[in-house]
Amino acid sequence: MTSTTKPAHPTANKIKRRPFVAELLQHRGSALVVPGLGSPTWDISAAGDQPEYLYSWGGMGLAVSTALGIALAQPDRRVLAITGDGEMMMGIGSLGVVADQAPKNLGILVLDNEHFGETGRQNGLTGARTDMCKVAEGFGIAKTLLVTEESQVGALAELMFKTPGPTFAVAKIAITEDPWALPIKDGAAIAHRFRVSIGVEKP
Amino acid sequence: MATQKRHWSHDVFTEMKARDIQTVATIPDGGLTQLLNMVVADKDMRLVTLSTEEEGIGVATGQWLGGKRAMIAMQSSGVGNCINALGIPLTMRAPCLILVTMRGQWGEFNPWQVPMGTATRTVLEAVGVRCFPVEHPEEIGETFAAAADIAFNSRLSAAVLVSQRVIGAKGFGQK
Repeated sequence: MTSTTKPAHPTANKIKRRPFVAELLQHRGSALVVPGLGSPTWDISAAGDQPEYLYSWGGMGLAVSTALGIALAQPDRRVLAITGDGEMMMGIGSLGVVADQAPKNLGILVLDNEHFGETGRQNGLTGARTDMCKVAEGFGIAKTLLVTEESQVGALAELMFKTPGPTFAVAKIAITEDPWALPIKDGAAIAHRFRVSIGVEKP
Repeated sequence: MATQKRHWSHDVFTEMKARDIQTVATIPDGGLTQLLNMVVADKDMRLVTLSTEEEGIGVATGQWLGGKRAMIAMQSSGVGNCINALGIPLTMRAPCLILVTMRGQWGEFNPWQVPMGTATRTVLEAVGVRCFPVEHPEEIGETFAAAADIAFNSRLSAAVLVSQRVIGAKGFGQK
């Protein structure tokens, strides 16, 4: 990380994102993973490069919508959208679209550090009054989970990868200094290998 | 006995079926009503109702990533909501097909529609979307087919802009 990183605003969150995401992904099976741009993309990249990871470098707010499109096109594959609190808030209405379409194969995980981590750790919208699990429930996504301890990773994996969806979870993660783990950024290459991995495009 | 000319929506629907476009993501517009009703009535097709138009860019890109074809249908005001989102299919070289019914263009009653209606084609082309404007109802089917083919065969983003001249201006009962 750069030496100009500003001090963090206080947060009581304990979960360390990198090992937590890596452990969650060990339960992935054949699931396709759609991360939001920025830190969630770095997190899954750090856990080990896979063609089923649709890395994102842009299009903030669209992770859940993109994952929904994939889930509807591939109803026999589990799909996990994994994004940050800022990205989720920007696309919060997409939870209503997910609830309406009700895909059984879609799980949504928000890594919530209550800050805009990529841009200088400015305060986000989820650190004080907003409860995103209740927001999701209000939209009609019945199965939600608030994760505050690393020991909940087993229950989270069950909800994200096994429980009939749509499912939604918020993991309250700490603000941590993590080394960059930048994956490929050529969107056409990311899309190509993703499609090859699920057999809808020739290598 | 004179036969009534069939609505242009039937022409678009025929071209959609011919190209296996099975999903339509939308924020509705009055001019799209007949087409959207046809999609809902067809058991092989799916309507994805959005909360804002840019979600449709994500849904359509996701559909292609998963091996299916989708399109997005919206009013011209919704185009403004989509510009940054279009960076996703454009960067991935994913096909993105958009059907836009224009407002603020031909006899518009509502001044609030005019700025975005004026800018629609310019902003789409500025971000890299091929635009196919169409002024006459009998040309919509073939124009839609041409846009769909370039989108899906060449993996480009393409928008069919149906003129308000075709749709008609809504007057809210006032003059």
